[in-house]
Amino acid sequence: MKVLVPVKRVIDYNVKVRVKADGSGVDLANVKMSMNPFDEIAVEEAIRLKEAGKADEIIAVSIGVKQSQETLRTALAMGTDRAILVIAADDVHTDIEPLAVAKILAKIVEEEQPGLVLCGKQAIDNDMNATGQMVSALLGWSQATFASKLEIDGDHANVTREVDGGLQTIKVKMPAIVTVDLRLNEPRYASLPNIMKAKKKPMDEKTAADYGVDCAPRLEVVKTSEPAERAAGIKVGSVDELVAKLKEVGAV
Amino acid sequence: MAVLLLAEVNDGELALDATAKAVTAAKSLGDVTALCVGATAAAAAEAAAKIDGVAKVLCAEDASLGHRLAEATAALIVSLAGDYEHIVAPATTDAKNILPRVAALLDVMVLTDVSGVVDGSTFERPIYAGNAIQTVKSADATKVISFRTSTFDAAGSQDAAPVENISATDNPGLSEWVEDKVAESDRPELTSAGVVVSGGRGIGSEENFAMIEKLADKLGAAVGASRAAVDSGFAPNDWQVGQTGKVVAPDLYIAVGISGAIQHLAGMKDSKVIVAINKDEEAPIFQVADFGLVADLFDAVPELTEKL
Ligand SMILES: Cc1cc2nc3c(=O)[nH]c(=O)nc-3n(C[C@H](O)[C@H](O)[C@H](O)COP(=O)(O)OP(=O)(O)OC[C@H]3O[C@@H](n4cnc5c(N)ncnc54)[C@H](O)[C@@H]3O)c2cc1C
Ligand SMILES: Nc1ncnc2c1ncn2[C@@H]1O[C@H](COP(=O)(O)O)[C@@H](O)[C@H]1O
Repeated sequence: MKVLVPVKRVIDYNVKVRVKADGSGVDLANVKMSMNPFDEIAVEEAIRLKEAGKADEIIAVSIGVKQSQETLRTALAMGTDRAILVIAADDVHTDIEPLAVAKILAKIVEEEQPGLVLCGKQAIDNDMNATGQMVSALLGWSQATFASKLEIDGDHANVTREVDGGLQTIKVKMPAIVTVDLRLNEPRYASLPNIMKAKKKPMDEKTAADYGVDCAPRLEVVKTSEPAERAAGIKVGSVDELVAKLKEVGAV
Repeated sequence: MAVLLLAEVNDGELALDATAKAVTAAKSLGDVTALCVGATAAAAAEAAAKIDGVAKVLCAEDASLGHRLAEATAALIVSLAGDYEHIVAPATTDAKNILPRVAALLDVMVLTDVSGVVDGSTFERPIYAGNAIQTVKSADATKVISFRTSTFDAAGSQDAAPVENISATDNPGLSEWVEDKVAESDRPELTSAGVVVSGGRGIGSEENFAMIEKLADKLGAAVGASRAAVDSGFAPNDWQVGQTGKVVAPDLYIAVGISGAIQHLAGMKDSKVIVAINKDEEAPIFQVADFGLVADLFDAVPELTEKL
């Protein structure tokens, strides 16, 4: 079985985000970028499936600017077999919407015929939480979102999902789209020899046009602003003082 | 202009708070039709009919709609979509599972976690863990939206609106439910509680979390946790507050042994009063706390529980 893993290049999760003064967006020039943390978990899961003999080839895909090849090199260094870079923008500030990403992924799925697509649950930049579900809809495949456990068993998979009430386990028909949550696994670091080896692994370069997908946004960004700031608080010296303050403001 | 609102129904029961908050957000967009689906949904439909602002309720009861599996629920919504300009829901894990599927089937974008309505096609939503607020204008004919419940007040009650029964569409049969692991609790629900007490890695163990629960019970509060506390097995996953967990905005939020990473702040910084208890005076949580107490939590929490 082939496994397809879409990986997104996003601002590193440790970087403090700065909203541009003119309200046009978030400043991404000269900012540290990394693989979306959820996608690292997806890559790790794919590698573990291969190690367990359940998958034989892992393909990483990234859609966006040319620099996304760095993200794909990371995926290759972790252990994916090959990569597909789909160039769909030339400005690092252009975010391709989940609907367009999903349409491109659906085309790649038709070409590559994987048995499983492992997406992240959410990209930590746009916080959309949509792409996997959309790919699944476009393909008419089963979907299992927010996975914290995945067991593939022949023509179906048992997936435990993190939901508001706790955990839900469902059984989905293969091929399936699974989106991964934080507690599925702990991703490995790429070793130096593997980083070197990854440079020689194949990376196809395509464009959105090659797949006939129009990436024009459906949502026009009118403006981007800073969230309201909280007024500075105070430090209290003791539990007694804390209780007094809470009573004073009517919080207890 | 009409709005179809997917009500939050769990095991036949309406999640009133989440649904009523979404109704508040949806009312300004047009007449709201609430859709209740499930293996059983009649009682939920009756309850939804009494939320102020609901003009009509559609009730779809069918075994295939049990447990809100995405494929069958999305197919039903798409079959109804023609009559509505907006398809909305509270931003629960169920809605986040279903709505993007609906949107893709309709060839439109989805707007997740919307925190403000500017007009019928313009909305505000937080991005980058709430470090920026984006205003977006949709060019799509149908707007598919999940509303962040923590920013809207729950709608009140009214005399019951009419309820109409509808049937399910063909079940694509792609997935089946196996089991739920849901912890029963007498505590208020995290996303609707007036007070939340959360513990982080500093709590140190699952046993020590009892201390947080004791303080919560004293205050009639819900219990929350940081990701580190959940990852370490101190607390169940559904307690996680943050960018990728639950978003809460109670009147009082008490963060104990939590450093205040941006991903955690994303889920609680709109709380009215924030208290932080941490032994590290440099911890970033103090930057958002109204009242910060630099102390060892093992001394401070029992003392606070006793003195409240
Ligand atoms: C993709 C992604 C998504 C994430 N989503 C979330 C999310 O939704 N929610 C979330 O919370 N995090 C999330 N995180 C994790 C986040 O970055 C932090 O790692 C996490 O919030 C840290 O949890 P913590 O504050 O409990 O632990 P730590 O950062 O380890 O802090 C523990 C604190 O306890 C204090 N402490 C220790 N002992 C004591 C004591 N005896 N008395 C008093 N204080 C004490 C310490 O001083 C310290 O400040 C996410 C991260 C990523 C990459
Ligand atoms: N531009 C992209 N390139 C590759 N994968 C993507 C892209 N955008 C989203 N994804 C995948 O979809 C997941 C969810 O993203 P989102 O729906 O944007 O929150 C991510 O974790 C990735 O697995």
